[in-house]
Amino acid sequence: MRRNVLPGLSLSLGVTLFYVGLIVVLPLAALIIKAASLGPVDYWSIISSSRAVASYRVTVLSALGATAFNLVFGLALAWVLTRYRFPGWRLIDAMVDLPFALPTAVAGISLTALFANNGWFGSVLSEFGIKVAYTPLGIMVAMCFTSLPFIVRTVQPVLEDLDPALEEAAQSLGGSDWTIFRKVIFPLLTPALLAGLSLSFARSLGEFGAIIFIAGNQPMSTEITALLVFIRLEEYDYQAAAAIASVLLITAFVMLAVTNLLQARALRYTARS
Amino acid sequence: MSNASSARKPPRVGDQPLFRRLLIGIVLVVGALLILAPLIVIGVEAFSEGWRVYASTLADPDTRHAIFLTVVTALIAVPINTVFGIAAAWAITKFDFPGRRFLLVVIEIPFSISPIVAGVAYLFVYGLQGFFGPLLEVYDIKILFALPGIILASMFVTAPFVARELIPLMQAQGRDLEESATSLGASGWRTFFSVTLPNIKWALLYGVVLCNARVMGEFGAVSVVSGNIRGQTNTLPLHIELLYHDYQAAGAFASASILAVIAVFTIIAKVALERQGAGRVRRPALSTPAVPAVEPKP
Repeated sequence: MRRNVLPGLSLSLGVTLFYVGLIVVLPLAALIIKAASLGPVDYWSIISSSRAVASYRVTVLSALGATAFNLVFGLALAWVLTRYRFPGWRLIDAMVDLPFALPTAVAGISLTALFANNGWFGSVLSEFGIKVAYTPLGIMVAMCFTSLPFIVRTVQPVLEDLDPALEEAAQSLGGSDWTIFRKVIFPLLTPALLAGLSLSFARSLGEFGAIIFIAGNQPMSTEITALLVFIRLEEYDYQAAAAIASVLLITAFVMLAVTNLLQARALRYTARS
Repeated sequence: MSNASSARKPPRVGDQPLFRRLLIGIVLVVGALLILAPLIVIGVEAFSEGWRVYASTLADPDTRHAIFLTVVTALIAVPINTVFGIAAAWAITKFDFPGRRFLLVVIEIPFSISPIVAGVAYLFVYGLQGFFGPLLEVYDIKILFALPGIILASMFVTAPFVARELIPLMQAQGRDLEESATSLGASGWRTFFSVTLPNIKWALLYGVVLCNARVMGEFGAVSVVSGNIRGQTNTLPLHIELLYHDYQAAGAFASASILAVIAVFTIIAKVALERQGAGRVRRPALSTPAVPAVEPKP
């Protein structure tokens, strides 16, 4: 290894480790220690209570639904933004980031206003007997909104860098557009799509602010796990809050590992091609 | 876009006029319904009871205090986070030390954790049932349900924001310029301010803008640690919730309109900074090995 002549290692690394230790590691360690202090029997009975399990179910199912929607719509949006030029495309491109920039509480009340029975969308949908606000569907809508940018922003750069020669070669061999998309383009997008999917899914699992306004928050049916943690805190049941929060934390760590693995694979894939 | 103007080449996949129009149409309609409508409805609802209600909400002492608290939180949390981001990027990109990759993963953790979990975690450090709670009680230092708690929770959720903009860029830029500067006798600070900073200023500003937007809008983590004391520890997002559940929808949307305007300005700033090249150098993940931003062309 080359001898490093640059100064500032001890200062910059010191600041970094101190900050990460105090701001990130210490609180998470405290939460894990608190949850671990419960003992396996109590811990299991809290995290496997029927209300907690119902909250996992509605959270995971809604997140799956929202991610599936974002897979289709996000891919279409990324495709339109990279392949087609039409008046206003720059505006659309900028607006994709709105769900990241708009505070979740603001998104929550405005989606609720839209989808409530007297809202712009809710009044139309209720004609068809579809209720969105205060149902699991509402949770899904909120998750769709907050996690939309992930897939668009991971797929977009890959689509931009796609070599036109690959398509031309496939076209000269007589492939139809749909075949070329399926056999040539989609496989090239898959690693980025998977990485975007896992980011989008992870975000949906942890989302709180946008959901609690539109969800209805009925135990056993429209109560997400993050809200259950919050309710246990308000009841001063700190042990239950720690235990259920630790489930969310462990899930987040698993998702982080999966995402990193997928992204490492995506990187190798693009590096090779 | 070299192929766009060439008429001899066959159209690219998906370029048939009918398919193209159909797809653009679908994306525009769904995008308008899902992204644009929520933004518009904020404005409509905020003025649903007229200008006077809007103005009186914003003039209300509780709203003004919430705005004040949000601005103070951002003014403290964002600069501290920026210093941390620069320090982390300098340490990670200018030196080789064991555990660099692990450090990168740890810095990114807050990005994937539910804000509620973050808030709860802080309770178990500074709350009465936490590590330091009893000690803080003895010295009568209030961290939770007060401004310090709000700032700490905001710093947690935004910890990766500046670092993740700087690290890929500084990784791609390498160490040669800084090494030349120091070998010519420049001090470390001089090297940073005259050599490194001019090269990273747009990416830095980009990270700061995104960090600020998240701090001002953070809801979940802050709502756990703030205690929601009206006129005291309510930030703007919490104030919105309070008004909304108080059946003062117009007031809630009026307060929300301030944050919506900030969000729009954030996006405008983001687009402007991207034109300067910020936000471009991206590695798919911080924890994966670096690749040069500009691939060498054979």
